[in-house]
Amino acid sequence: MEATMTRLTTVPGLGRELKSEEMVISMGPQHPSTHGVLRLELVVDGEVVVDVIPHIGYLHRCFEKHCEHMTNYQQVIPYADRMDYVAAMSNEFGFVIACEKLLKIKVPERVEYIRVIMAEFSRIVSHLIAIGTYGMDIGAFTPFLYCMRDRERVLDIFEQTCGARLLYNYMWIGGLSHDVTAGFTGKVKDFCRYFRPQIKELNDLLSYNKIFIKRTANVGVLPADVALNYAVSGPVLRGSGVQWDLRKNDPYSVYGSLDFEIPVGKGLKGTVGDCWDRYMVRVHEMEQSVNIIEQAVDRLPAGDVASAIPKRIRPDAGDIYVRTETPKGELGYYVVADGTATPFRVKVKSPCFVNLSALPAMCRGAMIADIVAVLGSIDIVLGEVDR
Amino acid sequence: MTAQEILESLKARFGDAVLDAKVDGLPDPWVKIAPAKLREVCLYLRDDPGMLFDVLMCLSGMDYRGGKLGVVYHCDSTVKHHRIVLKTEVIDADPHVSSVESVWKTANWHEREAFDMYGVVFDGHPDLRRILMPDDWQGFPLRKDYQVPEFYNGMKVPY
Repeated sequence: MEATMTRLTTVPGLGRELKSEEMVISMGPQHPSTHGVLRLELVVDGEVVVDVIPHIGYLHRCFEKHCEHMTNYQQVIPYADRMDYVAAMSNEFGFVIACEKLLKIKVPERVEYIRVIMAEFSRIVSHLIAIGTYGMDIGAFTPFLYCMRDRERVLDIFEQTCGARLLYNYMWIGGLSHDVTAGFTGKVKDFCRYFRPQIKELNDLLSYNKIFIKRTANVGVLPADVALNYAVSGPVLRGSGVQWDLRKNDPYSVYGSLDFEIPVGKGLKGTVGDCWDRYMVRVHEMEQSVNIIEQAVDRLPAGDVASAIPKRIRPDAGDIYVRTETPKGELGYYVVADGTATPFRVKVKSPCFVNLSALPAMCRGAMIADIVAVLGSIDIVLGEVDR
Repeated sequence: MTAQEILESLKARFGDAVLDAKVDGLPDPWVKIAPAKLREVCLYLRDDPGMLFDVLMCLSGMDYRGGKLGVVYHCDSTVKHHRIVLKTEVIDADPHVSSVESVWKTANWHEREAFDMYGVVFDGHPDLRRILMPDDWQGFPLRKDYQVPEFYNGMKVPY
């Protein structure tokens, strides 16, 4: 860190120059706006943030080490749930695809469609939390309650399907733990009908609220080239105006056959790549997720969801990198198999980890109060940053 | 560009630095690069108009057992839509790899993680310190021969 320097500032009417000094403020690890245990060391000059140094690792649970000590691949999945615990379905998705590619299994169409429905539901759930808590960070409490109310409805569908509301262990290698229940299609359609007007209400309540725009537009701007160099992904990258979504650009599962759009930041209220753009990308993505769910549920083919589950999971030696588009961004699994029943190495490329590493680039020159707005707009889950 | 073409141009330009490669019949074709040459190779991959690997998707530390450590780089081009995997291998007595932080900023934290977990030293990294483990932690937890210490600052570690 740089040594603190004394500077001279002119104050009109004071009649002399004022000495100002840089100082270090520690924000966190217990701070309501850090969304978990994260410590930010802020180097500030008065109200202006000169630099931010994130300190992470408070929630490190040795996920990768645990993977190497499992008795089989299937046991990794409940651990994968616990990385991004607000969108657990999406975490499972990437890992099962990686294992299926290593094992060269083709899963039934029905499984693919149900997985896509669940992954999109988890995107809605995750974005609802991101949007709700973001409003709360900035001072709007009500939208949070509305978001939580809608989230409950999705969790009810999850609960009806697999018995769990938060951590599912639902997607298994080669299939699913349970088929969907009899009333599933109707419930999903009911939700889609119910949810669209709620997004509009959310927009009226928060997105186009004048105070909210004042706090988020032109704040924490991340230009597209910097974003790519930092390899940020998900809404943070798309907020910077880069049309990049793995569901379209590197399709996996059945996303290639579904019709949806990729929302990007356009700088409607300020500069392209500001906090409002990142926020708004999430709102639009929820609309697109509803579209995807409706299409998938209409096409849901019949079949047995357990027919392709292998009795013995022992992939040949080899390695594979599989990336999927989770609500937070590109979640990559680098899985190395050595021919035994235990993974030799599982490396997780966590989108939150990478997105958080770009925080200093977004915060330099901002005000202290803006740090909360910028951090909230990245939407990190510390469980995934620290693994 | 296909992996074969990428390999050919790397061989033509860097010759001895390309140690090994396997580009056929694999989901992720890979090229093995000498650890000291990585920065140069990556800079070329990023900036050459035919390559334009603008994104480093993932950087993973590895322990291949028997004192062999490694680093694996998954590179992607959002412009050219091609991918390549770079691998490098070092021995744990001299685990020095040249840092690609100046090529892709995302490598900053990834390299810190690989250093933290495997003890791979990235030459030229501006701020190489532990990232997930506490600063005063002893040893490199993801190495295959790692023994969990009995105590950390007077606290019992195994649970």
